[in-house]
Amino acid sequence: MELRHRTITRRRALQGAGAAALLAAGPGLLHAGSGRSAGSTRLGTPAEIRGREIELLVAETPVNYNGVTRLATTINGSIPAPTIRLREGDDVVIRVTNRLPVATSIHWHGILLPFQMDGVPGISFSGIAPGETFTYRFKLRQSGTYWYHSHSGFQEMTGMYGALIVEPRGGESIGADRDHAIVLSDWTDEDPMRVFAKLKIQSDVYNFNQPTAGDFLRDASQMGLQDAVARRRMWNEMRMNPTDLADLSDATLTFLMNGMAPGQNWTGLFRRGERLRLRFVNGTSNTFYDLRIPGLKMTVVHVDGQNVEPVTVDEFRFGPGETYDVLVEPKDEAHTIFAQSMDRTGFARGTLAVRPGLAAPVPDLDPVQWLTMADMMGTMAHGTSSHGSMEHAQPSGHGQHGAMAMNHADHAMSADPLAIPSPAVRHARTEYGPSVDMRVDMPRTNLDDPGIGLRDNGRRVLTLADLRSRPEVLDDPRTPTREIELHLTGNMERYSWSIDGLEFGRSTPVSMPHGERIRVILQNDTMMTHPMHLHGMWSELESPNGELLVRRHTIAVQPAQRISFLTTPNDLGRWAWHCHLLFHMDAGMFREVVVA
Amino acid sequence: MKTTAFRMVTAALSIPALALISSHVAAQPGHQHEPSATGPAAEAQTAAPMEPRQPSAVGAAAMDHGTMQMQGGTPPANAREPHAYSDGYTLTEGPYALPGPRQLVLADEHRFWAVLGDRIEYDDDSDTGVYDVQAWYGTTYDRLTAKLEGDLTDGRLEESQSELLWSRAFSGYFDTQVGVRFDQYDEGDNREWLALGVQGLAPYWFEVDLTAYIGNQGRSALSLEAEYDLLLSQRLILQPRTEINAYGKRDAANGIGDGLSDIALGMRLRYEFSRQFAPYVGVEWSRKFGDTADFARAADEAVRDTVYVMGVRFWF
Repeated sequence: MELRHRTITRRRALQGAGAAALLAAGPGLLHAGSGRSAGSTRLGTPAEIRGREIELLVAETPVNYNGVTRLATTINGSIPAPTIRLREGDDVVIRVTNRLPVATSIHWHGILLPFQMDGVPGISFSGIAPGETFTYRFKLRQSGTYWYHSHSGFQEMTGMYGALIVEPRGGESIGADRDHAIVLSDWTDEDPMRVFAKLKIQSDVYNFNQPTAGDFLRDASQMGLQDAVARRRMWNEMRMNPTDLADLSDATLTFLMNGMAPGQNWTGLFRRGERLRLRFVNGTSNTFYDLRIPGLKMTVVHVDGQNVEPVTVDEFRFGPGETYDVLVEPKDEAHTIFAQSMDRTGFARGTLAVRPGLAAPVPDLDPVQWLTMADMMGTMAHGTSSHGSMEHAQPSGHGQHGAMAMNHADHAMSADPLAIPSPAVRHARTEYGPSVDMRVDMPRTNLDDPGIGLRDNGRRVLTLADLRSRPEVLDDPRTPTREIELHLTGNMERYSWSIDGLEFGRSTPVSMPHGERIRVILQNDTMMTHPMHLHGMWSELESPNGELLVRRHTIAVQPAQRISFLTTPNDLGRWAWHCHLLFHMDAGMFREVVVA
Repeated sequence: MKTTAFRMVTAALSIPALALISSHVAAQPGHQHEPSATGPAAEAQTAAPMEPRQPSAVGAAAMDHGTMQMQGGTPPANAREPHAYSDGYTLTEGPYALPGPRQLVLADEHRFWAVLGDRIEYDDDSDTGVYDVQAWYGTTYDRLTAKLEGDLTDGRLEESQSELLWSRAFSGYFDTQVGVRFDQYDEGDNREWLALGVQGLAPYWFEVDLTAYIGNQGRSALSLEAEYDLLLSQRLILQPRTEINAYGKRDAANGIGDGLSDIALGMRLRYEFSRQFAPYVGVEWSRKFGDTADFARAADEAVRDTVYVMGVRFWF
């Protein structure tokens, strides 16, 4: 096991080394490549664009991460796309010209704007046809760290993503000496549609961490035959794979930090004694990253574009669509930014350094952990934990249950049934058919779980329960007058993803009356974590007892977890709402929202 | 020589397989129960909104009722209506909908296709070969499926059976299949059948294919195939496989008796150079039963047979 991980680490560390050498050799060589006439894709810290009028050009540009040249879809020729800096209160005009042979679009992830400007083809507008220019016009009503990406097909997966920073009109309240926008992403040399089709044929095609006969023998010798059998029984009975942590792995993905593979070592510079603000954007298509900077504490100050009460951690997990701003004060000449994929098959890596060319040690990947019974069936796992074979999965869940129980007493006096989120699980009738491979009858509501692979790892890992918006952020104190319960569903064997068992094509929109305070309950009836992104309005996470916690635009719902958030749809129109794992979205875990 | 050109199974043999297919997994290990609209799951779901929400208390209460079903089953009477939040709007009707037909079409409405060569193999000693290929085209839930299987001797197609089926998902892991089958014999009479079967993944990861056939002149047949992948490593995979055939009526022209006709047990060890390409070596034992065995003896053919095979498994 150990040997295996070292092998992967070494291979990953070497990945991109060829391209790094190419870059080091200077621009002459860089332009001597086959992509000269079309222009090569620029990797690394992208250009910064400021102002009220911005021009973006979408085109195919060649890129070579693993020794083969592929066509990326890029914005202004770089991966990531330019970092756009706008100013709160400004009316901006962004012209996007499409030089692709197919239609494109750009979605401004987390920005509140008129729905026609939201950039979702088929919902906001008809997309940007080849050769055409679309003009986005909107007023910035917010500030913070956001990002932008294509919402057409799988273009996001082939390079169309970048950071979008809106500077606060009244000046920045978060003090930092220097600022780095760091976009994490993933890349495949395969055609994304072919990757999707392969998952359709064999959904574990990229999983090379499956339980083997050897694992069973090892377990049997270590824990006894009975427990080794018990550890596998439920999984096998239900035809579920305990290592189904990601649909895609390093078998097809190259993990990127600011467009650079681990061997290319993206470097962010600082001067000694500086306090840095690192704006991390997860612009991946399919990867949850567990990010840390060994040797440095990170103080999380800003999440999904909104200020939070500072919380200092060693590590945080974030999924596609989420952004985290942290403050760090580097002590050494070089520090590694290490972001391992949730399935532990690889990592994105970069370096904070006082000058270019430095590197710090790169940690080994953590071992792969099996999903637990709590990831499969929520709190019901407590009832089966007598075997000793079921790993405990709720670090301080008991404490939270206690708090909930007490709080229940407080709310018992309340006449308003919507004061707290409904705990009664109500599966949709469409969850009993071929589109759904499992349902959770007793979900867990613990927000203080860092998730599989991060539990009890000896590091202080951020959880949802740690996040509190700054007081000025949550501006709608109303009790909701409507509750919407949706279940995140899927069938891994068929590789189908849905909501309430209905894929997008069979769904109807969710109607949200304009200006109403609405509670949304999301229950995850699958064994994967789904980063759910609601366009056009905020998702303000609640605790299980109805206390407003933090404003988000993308909330990752863990397996067998039931969470709730409040939202106020202040902008009329039709909006997209989907899992931000690109393949889950495209498979149908997608709803339209009508605000009228 | 490969002896199982036809495959059938007795009704008795199919019962455990059917039970396996239809079993529903209860959340509490060791307990299973029949799907029921008024079962414990339904009761648990009717919990009043203001019931104590301490999860372990809810859990204990639910456990007292018995077990809950995490897979399959039928919706309880009070199951939530998934379109209840739509206020009557659709993806193309209602305020702010883009004019014209729906523009956003995702992969759930795409059609995909695949070709899976499960066994393409050759036995050097007897100069015989086998092909066993499935192909499909369609959506997640509705597919046109072809199953092609044949035995070759001296480069000549000795026997083959070809099925064309409409495959329709009916549960999380199983499809029903309806269609036709054509049997071709180099020496013998060709046969045509109507096919009705189920194919899918049974609990404990058994790939199962069970099909009943109705032919002309009152012929009937049953066939069961089951496979299991035992991962010795991430790429080295041992695959036990069985195939059982039974007939409802004697077919002397093709050397087939009624009742249990033949059983084959195979063991193949493949190495997945990629998930899509895996050469293998294997051994297959087969035996004929009843009148089928008598026909074989009369024709001076083996009743029991063991063949060592080399082959390749692939898909694209």
